[in-house]
This record gives sequence, structure tokens and C-alpha cells, in this order.
Amino acid sequence: MGKPETIVDKIWRNHMVHQEEGKPDLMYIDLHLIHEVTSPQAFEGLRLNNRSVRRPDLTYATMDHNVPTKNRDVIEDEISKKQMETLRKNCKDFGITLADMFHPDQGIVHVIGPQLGLTQPGKTIVCGDSHTSTHGAFGALAFGIGTSEVEHVLATQTLWQKRPKTLNVHVEGDLGTGVTAKDLILAIISKFGVRFGTGYVIEYTGEAIRNLSMEGRMTVCNMSIEAGARAGLISPDKTTVEFLRDKPNVPQGEAFEAKAAEWLALATDEGAEYDETVTINAEDIEPQVSWGTNPGMCVPVNSETPDISESENPDEVARALEYMGLEEKQPIQSIDIDHVFIGSCTNSRITDLRKAASIVEGHQVSDGVRAIVVPGSFGTKLQAEKEGLDTIFKEAGFEWRESGCSMCLAMNDDIVPPGGRCASTSNRNFEGRQGNGARTHLVSPEMAAAAAIEGHFVDVRKFAANIYS
Amino acid sequence: MEAIQKHQGTAVPLNRSNVDTDQIIPKQFLKRIERTGFGQFLFYNWRFDEDGNVREDFVLNNSAYHDGTILLAGENFGCGSSREHAPWALLDYGFRVIIAPSFADIFYNNALKNGIIPVQMDEEQVQQWIKRAEKSELELTVDLQEQIVRDDEREVPFDIPAYHRENLLNGLDEIALTLKHEAAITAFEQAAE
Repeated sequence: MGKPETIVDKIWRNHMVHQEEGKPDLMYIDLHLIHEVTSPQAFEGLRLNNRSVRRPDLTYATMDHNVPTKNRDVIEDEISKKQMETLRKNCKDFGITLADMFHPDQGIVHVIGPQLGLTQPGKTIVCGDSHTSTHGAFGALAFGIGTSEVEHVLATQTLWQKRPKTLNVHVEGDLGTGVTAKDLILAIISKFGVRFGTGYVIEYTGEAIRNLSMEGRMTVCNMSIEAGARAGLISPDKTTVEFLRDKPNVPQGEAFEAKAAEWLALATDEGAEYDETVTINAEDIEPQVSWGTNPGMCVPVNSETPDISESENPDEVARALEYMGLEEKQPIQSIDIDHVFIGSCTNSRITDLRKAASIVEGHQVSDGVRAIVVPGSFGTKLQAEKEGLDTIFKEAGFEWRESGCSMCLAMNDDIVPPGGRCASTSNRNFEGRQGNGARTHLVSPEMAAAAAIEGHFVDVRKFAANIYS
Repeated sequence: MEAIQKHQGTAVPLNRSNVDTDQIIPKQFLKRIERTGFGQFLFYNWRFDEDGNVREDFVLNNSAYHDGTILLAGENFGCGSSREHAPWALLDYGFRVIIAPSFADIFYNNALKNGIIPVQMDEEQVQQWIKRAEKSELELTVDLQEQIVRDDEREVPFDIPAYHRENLLNGLDEIALTLKHEAAITAFEQAAE
């Protein structure tokens, strides 16, 4: 037996193409996901230098950031249209599979990767999108890259990477009823800050993590980047294996069992050492609501916005409260909302929709609230419709849309107007994220559903009988 | 990428931490398919209000800093989205150096790939320069070869990993460098099959 290793050690070792003193390591990339916004300049670079895509078979494209979620027949925004046409042409010219806007596999890139079984334990996965960390839920080493790196991966299927430090975020105990993976990751970021993960890969461990579904794990890993970590991952276990069984791009039958054994062997060894470890107790966590302009600015729903003078950084807090149109020490439950967005690569999967629907069922969206549900993929949408979730949402007064990134970053028409206030299941509450002057409050799907009904934030545990488990 | 060895310029103080890439270049400007032309949209929502009027209190709207090429900022500069449009916008606007106590990982890489020098310095030093630049014009010289920033009084060292420094100094095409290892890549692929 050698020295106990973390999953990061193992994946790193398995992907080393070249190593030399004074340089980062040259790492092989197993899966490169691309979308319309961060790829055009990379393909342009290839053309200018007369280069080809080394492994189109390891590259997979979809359209998600820009696509309309209402009427897809006419793209009114000419520049968006051009960007989408450019991706179509690039995929055709370079032989890359594309889940186009009308393709049955279309969806948010971080939703379809796992659905299609492209995301697998032990893989190195990159995408020109910071929420690529999502795929770490499967025990993959997955991280966001810029467009120059997209070009580099297209041309060489490798990246120069400095070996990251490892950070174990250990979650003891289990989450209470009505407290979700989203609340857990928001609580982690608010406790340790938006830069505690910078320079690290986070591995999430502990009972609460083991008890999460794959969808919950994706929610947690998705927001690793909001803690500063390019990648966050979870060692594969039985839950991982069962999620991937029968997925389209995984081996089938006996070959699957052999593959599953390989995956399980990637888990961090007993006694392996991390560069850092932090611990949080899941039992202390309550449903969270962000009050400010970065994801670390969160508090439990039963509390209030910060006291400026008591804050560590009074200027930053005052500025955030001003942008958000909130007072200091204002009770969270007194905040009225006018928009609700259930969607994004953080929370748009089938279990997210089931959980939100279970709260919504039999209720009506509050007067003056515009509420939309945007399934993460076309497949998710179909599944939800099969289960009748769309009917529940529509009868309650929600709009039921086509899949895409939508109001998470408001690149398409799904925009929160200036001064509008949104309870959002997305991942970023930055200034202007959902629209110029828009105010975003990050919450779980259940909390967003409850806010839609009440017109302001409430503790979802009030709907105890409806909480889906 | 344009090579950069040494850069002298006026410092622009942006005394905020956690400046995210959504602020550096808002999403409505990410639809272009070129690398150029993003400078006009840099910090758009901080430069202009919702009706498109100039926000006079924002530093980039102060004529004293119009020729600034070195940005001074707080902790965790460039956090959030991986959009390389952020360094493209900074570069196109005229910035060649960002000095901050810390950078977000993806932004740091993206800056390096575009000939922007991300200079990491201790917070006290950055704050001192920010205070000076807020009061009167502050001229800094950033010497990448020597890894030193000079003001009118002294030299302050900084560190950029050797590999990246080399690429910046020479404006190297990283893909061409990597393709020199093509045999190793092919061997890796064959072994994996």
C-alpha cells in the first residue's frame, strides 16, 4: 500500500501528460463542454492559425446562455442570433456534436452533461463557464476556463495547470427537514467567505454530503466557485453509481459494473491528507436568504440584515444594503419580492422542480409577483410534464418555460427590471446580474416557491406538510 | 498576445474588494463574437446609470484618471464568471496592469493570457497607493523582468510564476509551445485506449 491519496491526487496522476521543473503540469482533458458565449473567439483563433480541433469526439456543445425560453421560432436579438449561428457553423466545420436549440438533448451545459452520462467520476472536465465545478459532484475534476484556454483545449486537448491545493470542507451531522443542499452551500460560503477557496480544490466530505442526492451534490459543487474555488468535488459512492446506471454515454451491462468498481476506487483513501480542513455542522443550518451583492452575504430566514457598525467591513455592507434597497437590521421576512426565478445550473433539475412544486401545489402566486420556472434541460422539462409538475406550476400562476440559463444572468429576454426584487434559485446576487439595477436574493427552490406564494420571504418549514423528501 | 516587459503609467484607484466580472463587463455585452471592442463597455453599470447618464462619482469618469493604465483594486479582483471578456475589456480600455491584494483564480489566468500583468501585493501596500492615487496623480512603473513596482520613493517586489512571466515577457503563443509536446499527448492517448 502506498501513501493514502485524495481523489484529487489520483485524478491528477491519471491525467499527467508532461511534467517539468519550473512549469505547471500538462494535463489531459477528458471532456470539453462548449456553449455559444465563450467559444466564438476560440474558434476564430483556431482558424487564424490554421489549427484543427484535436478531439471533436471529446467535445460537446450546446446552446444555453442566450436562448429564448418563450418563443424560439424568432430570435429578435440580432447579435444573439449571430452568436448562436456562429456556434452552429463552428460545430459543423470542426465536426463537434451540438445539442442545438431544438435538439432533445438541449439544456444548460451543466445539467445535460450528467443527464447524458458524459460526466463521469475521475474525468477531467472543462468548459468556458465558471459553474463547471458542478460536475465535481460525480468525483470529476471539473473547472471553468477562459476563452484562450478553450482554444488551447480545442487545439491540444490539454491544459497547463498548477497542481491546486486541497481543502476538505467537512459537513458533520445531517440537514434538517426543509433545509436543502442550497442552504448548506450558502451557509458554507457565508461562514467562510467568498475567497476562502481561492487556490484550492474543495472536497466536500461528511455525513450530510453522503446523504445528499446527486442533484443536491451538484448544487453544492456548483457554487464552489462562489467560495473562490475553481473546482469542488465529492468522492464517488453508491449514489453516484446508481445515478449513472443506464445513462446514454456510460458502459452498459457487465461493463458498467467493471466501470463502477473503477469509479469507487477513486474515492479519497482513509487517512489521506488535505492542505486545509474546515468543519461545519449541518444541524445548525437554517434556510438561507442572501441579502447583499455577493453570495457570502447570506443569513438565516428567521434573522435580519446586518448591523452596519457591527460588521467587519462596514463600507462594503453599507454599499450592498444601499444597492439592495434594504435597511440595516431589517427582518428578512419583511422583504417583499416581485419576481421569482426557479431555474439555473444550480437548481433546475427534476428533484428541484418536484420540491418547488410540492410547496406550490394548492396555492396561488401572490398578487404582483411574476414567477417563472425554467427547467434545466429539454429532458428535464419533458420529465416534469410527464409528472404533471407543469400543471401544478401553471395553475398556481407560474410561467412554464423552455430550458436555458435564462434569468440567472439575463442574457436573453428574461430580465428583472431596474429596482425589481427577485427570489432566485440561481447562484449569483452580484449587482445587475439579473438585469441592470435588479436585486437578487439567492434561495433554495422550496424557499423561492414559498416566497412566490407569500409575496415575501418566509420560512419554508411553515409549509411542513408540503415539504418533499 | 502582445509582449510586455515594463510598463509605466498612471494609477487608477478602485477601492473595492470582490470586484466581480459581471461588474467589469456586464452580460448584455457578451454577445459579440470578436475579442475586440469591449473597452467602451468596461464597468458599464458603474460608469453609467440606468438611463445612460454618466455617474460623475465613479473613478473612471474623473478626467484626472482618463489616461490611467494601471488599476489598483481590493481583494479578490475578478471573482465570479469566467468570461475572458473581462480582461479583453480592461485591455481594450487601456489597462495593462492590475494591482490587487488577491485575484480570483480564473481571472488571474485570463489576464495572463492577454498580456495584462496581474500584480499581487500585500493589502497595506495597495491601500497606501490607493490613498495616494485618490489624492493626486500617482505614477508607477511595473518591471516584469525584475518583478518590481516602483513609485517615486521606492521599489516593491512582487512575484509572478516563472512560466507565466516568460510567456508575458515574450508574448508567446502557448498553443504552439504545447504542440511541441504533441508526441507526449499522442502517447498519453494511446495508453488510455
